[in-house]
Amino acid sequence: MTSFLGVLLVPAITVIALTGFISHWAYHPELAGNATIAPGFDIPVLFQFPQSWPSWDYAATQGTHITLGLMTVPLVLAKLWSVIPKLFKWPTVRNLAGMLERLSLLLLVGSVLVEFLTGIFAIEDYSPLGVNFYPVHYYGAWVFGTVFVLHACLKFPVVRRAYRERGALKPLRAGLRETQPEPPGSSELAPVNPADPTISRRGLLAMVGGASLTIFAVQAGQSIGGPFRRLAPMAPRGREFGTGPNDFQVNHTAASAQITPAMTGARWRVTVVGATSVALSRQRLLAMAQATETLTISCTEGWSTTQRWTGVRLVDLARLVGASPGAILRAVSLETVGVNSQASLAAEQWSDQRALLALRVNGAELSPDHGYPARVIVPGAPGLHNTKWVRELRFEAA
Amino acid sequence: MRRAWGLGRFRRRYGASPLHLAGHLVVFAIAAFAIDRIASGAGLAKLIVLYAGLVIAHDLIFLPAYSGLDRAARAALARLPAPQSARVPVINHVRAPALISGLLLIIYAPLISGKADAGYLQASGHHLEGYLRNWLMISVVLFLGSGLIYAVRVRRAVVNARV
Ligand code: HEM
Repeated sequence: MTSFLGVLLVPAITVIALTGFISHWAYHPELAGNATIAPGFDIPVLFQFPQSWPSWDYAATQGTHITLGLMTVPLVLAKLWSVIPKLFKWPTVRNLAGMLERLSLLLLVGSVLVEFLTGIFAIEDYSPLGVNFYPVHYYGAWVFGTVFVLHACLKFPVVRRAYRERGALKPLRAGLRETQPEPPGSSELAPVNPADPTISRRGLLAMVGGASLTIFAVQAGQSIGGPFRRLAPMAPRGREFGTGPNDFQVNHTAASAQITPAMTGARWRVTVVGATSVALSRQRLLAMAQATETLTISCTEGWSTTQRWTGVRLVDLARLVGASPGAILRAVSLETVGVNSQASLAAEQWSDQRALLALRVNGAELSPDHGYPARVIVPGAPGLHNTKWVRELRFEAA
Repeated sequence: MRRAWGLGRFRRRYGASPLHLAGHLVVFAIAAFAIDRIASGAGLAKLIVLYAGLVIAHDLIFLPAYSGLDRAARAALARLPAPQSARVPVINHVRAPALISGLLLIIYAPLISGKADAGYLQASGHHLEGYLRNWLMISVVLFLGSGLIYAVRVRRAVVNARV
């Protein structure tokens, strides 16, 4: 049983880990100010989305990360349950190898729980210990990832032997009446004095699978979006708050960013800096050529929303100030602290014809919570790089 | 031959192959580095509390709690007068919805309990609302659905017994 659960976990954890690292790299941590982890203490960027991919690429991988992550919770708990006899057996450490293995198991169980718990708390906007999410979840993934690989390698022969001796699927097909406990002494986990079975292995798997599917059903709508959003009754962001043009979800409000009407009133200007520099009022921006694009905001917390944005193309602003084509664009917000206060965009990101300094959404003015007077919106970037309440756009030499 | 002998002695002394040792050393080195990085960001004390707390919470509180509940449920069901349907065991039709409903409760606890309200308001501009109600409704649907499947299975067992 524990073998089969382990075999199911390998692809699930692999996909979760890969999408997690893809998200980490989608931040373009190599550009100024983007890194959420001290750059000297990180591994190199190994993959970044080509700008030519659909604008929902990041939404898809990050939606997969958190939805599959949640769906794997029942599997992880079942796995822990299936090895529980071991936890109550006082460790009889015969040699150094046994001791190291037990230590690595402690890391394995501890880190899997930490990864899932910090992830779940993050998507529910809950931070009980005041712990900064990024380093714990990110380095926790290093620990969990490597320990998991080690564990899978060590257990591979055990799984192979179990399958050779008992058949890969045969025990799983048995109904309750044919269900046999593992014979005592056949493995470390076999019960010494088994009770009569009350559930078959296939019954247990059905329960775990049913739990995963239920989680998918009540959660996934917030990532798929559209009409499915309303079908996700437990998703943290599975709702719309009305039918108005600005009634879609926000990641953080103007109030929480301490943006006041005085800061965004008639005196507001956006300073655009390249070879030259210019301060543009909202009227000046509205007088420039306007473009409308349908683009997805993909929150790193796994939900996404696709809307019609109208504003000035970033390439037009670049041309206006004579920015060099390879420049990096640093967008600075009126918001002064935290990860949302500024973001650097790579040349291929701002050079994308669809990338805008948006002034309007769905035909209406941006609401304060969605970034009025102006916000960046770039296809395929993590949501928080669509800087809101922009006060400066600085094209800097790479 | 000398090398094979050396390997044999290593195995006897250490208890596994050198690869086993190398793998563990690599993992422990990475873990030590990672834990040091987290500690410098989050505070070592908090981290230890988090790790130890989680392992203990799961192994010593959470797991005994659900095993105990399961045992209690089985004992209660065993005391019920056994109907004709006894050949279709009822326990798993209670276990399955209870387990799924319990899992949802754990995963969405900060939303259901309202604990996440402050953070949620800052982020979304709205208070947490309706999660408790939605969870209760989903649980009711799960129990009803499971009961329905049970009824169908009993009916089938009765019909088959007659044939
Ligand atoms: C229920 C399970 C999980 C949930 C809900 C979850 C949630 C999240 C969230 C919200 C992020 C933030 C995205 C970002 O800002 O980059 C994230 C990032 C990440 N996750 Fe998870 N996660 C889960 C499990 C895991 C597991 C098991 C791993 C281990 C391999 C993992 C590895 C990562 C990595 C490497 C990142 C990138 C962090 C960074 O950008 O610095 N996650 N996850």
